[in-house]
Amino acid sequence: MDGFGISEGYEMKSKTIRRWSFVHTWTSLICTVFLLMLALTGLPLIFHHEIDHLLGDAAELKTMPADTPLLNLQQLVQAAEKHRPGEVMQYFGFDEDEPNAAITIMAATAGTEPNSSHTFMLDARTGEALEMPSANGGFMMIMLRLHVDMFAGLPGKLLLAFMGILFVVAIVSGTVLYLPFMRRLKFATVRQDKSTRLRWLDLHNLIGVVTLTWALVVGVTGIISACADLLIAAWRNDSLSAMVAPYRDAPPLTQPAPATRLLDIAKEVAPGMQPDFIAFPGTRFSSEHHYAVFMKGSTHLTSHLLTPVLIDASTLQVTAVAERPWYMDAMGMSQPLHFGDYGGLPMKILWATLDGLTIIVLGSGVYLWVVRRKAAKPVFENAESPA
Amino acid sequence: MRPRQSNFWKVFSTPTVIALLSAAGLFSALLGDGVWDALSWLGLGIPAILALRGLLQRR
Repeated sequence: MDGFGISEGYEMKSKTIRRWSFVHTWTSLICTVFLLMLALTGLPLIFHHEIDHLLGDAAELKTMPADTPLLNLQQLVQAAEKHRPGEVMQYFGFDEDEPNAAITIMAATAGTEPNSSHTFMLDARTGEALEMPSANGGFMMIMLRLHVDMFAGLPGKLLLAFMGILFVVAIVSGTVLYLPFMRRLKFATVRQDKSTRLRWLDLHNLIGVVTLTWALVVGVTGIISACADLLIAAWRNDSLSAMVAPYRDAPPLTQPAPATRLLDIAKEVAPGMQPDFIAFPGTRFSSEHHYAVFMKGSTHLTSHLLTPVLIDASTLQVTAVAERPWYMDAMGMSQPLHFGDYGGLPMKILWATLDGLTIIVLGSGVYLWVVRRKAAKPVFENAESPA
Repeated sequence: MRPRQSNFWKVFSTPTVIALLSAAGLFSALLGDGVWDALSWLGLGIPAILALRGLLQRR
């Protein structure tokens, strides 16, 4: 059953149309519920920065003279440990928009999984800790978890990745079907006076085809992001394990050397790059015996591509500047293209608009299927041709 | 076979232009700020406006 009842097909063979129609109907129907959930939870996530500020959840650094000196990294580690006694450092993150702050992530152990970590901000001038409630719980965290893995961990991510693949197939098959549907119609025709079904069929086709590129890009980058855990595991296998092989029999690290000079050491071997984050020993981005300083390129485009510098956590010698496998670059580029956070507020508004339009395409698709099924029941093919 | 060809481009020429514009829009803001951002607003704004126009027009 093709679900749409396109009876005329002397240019594209009607059998071919039926096949594509079958593919389009069922890939869409299976992924629609998940895609609707993703589109709805994604909407507030586009504006998470603005929402945090509005709700007063954003950490605000106090105003100090512009030339106030920064503490060194080891002093920041001590400030963090004082703030959360009994926990260990996992990551320091840096942001050029807020050079006086270090995003700090701590947990019970360095290897603790990300959802059990605690994220807060350190004022890099005073060592004062500022809480970031939305990074650890609350409404936005619920939206994020639903969007990322539906609170189901890796199986949830992989299920969503599969739904993303179905979405891409639905987009491609929908584009193929656009031809027989629109053969006799001018672009952007919306027939208002025939029937509600025809109006929504035309709108489904119009909105679907104009949002095609955006939906494909957000879909594919979402699939890549959903596979991030697998990509990171592959990276650990491919690049990291060879570099840390000599440490396999080394005694466990008891006390890492002070973090004070980590950024200087990394900048020496990665000239012209900027620090993005530091992974402390024992996390999934470092090794049991290494600090990893992730350096990013200094141009707009390369700022999404990360090069890890592995630094021996006892001697502070550079073990290696790791290669960037292509799939880690793909993961890095996927983030902005999925989040829509790289073109200011107007881009976020457009992102939200296109997201809303996608919801309309999904909804109208279900509507068209339901109406078609009802119509098909008494008389299977009642040939409502787009004349 | 000629009518098939011409039909293809009759149907797909405008969508192709829009697809290329949005691709350029998605890419340009990755390259820089200012004018690059403005290009991306244009590239993504065109599909958004065309869709909204279709949605809001009534008889």
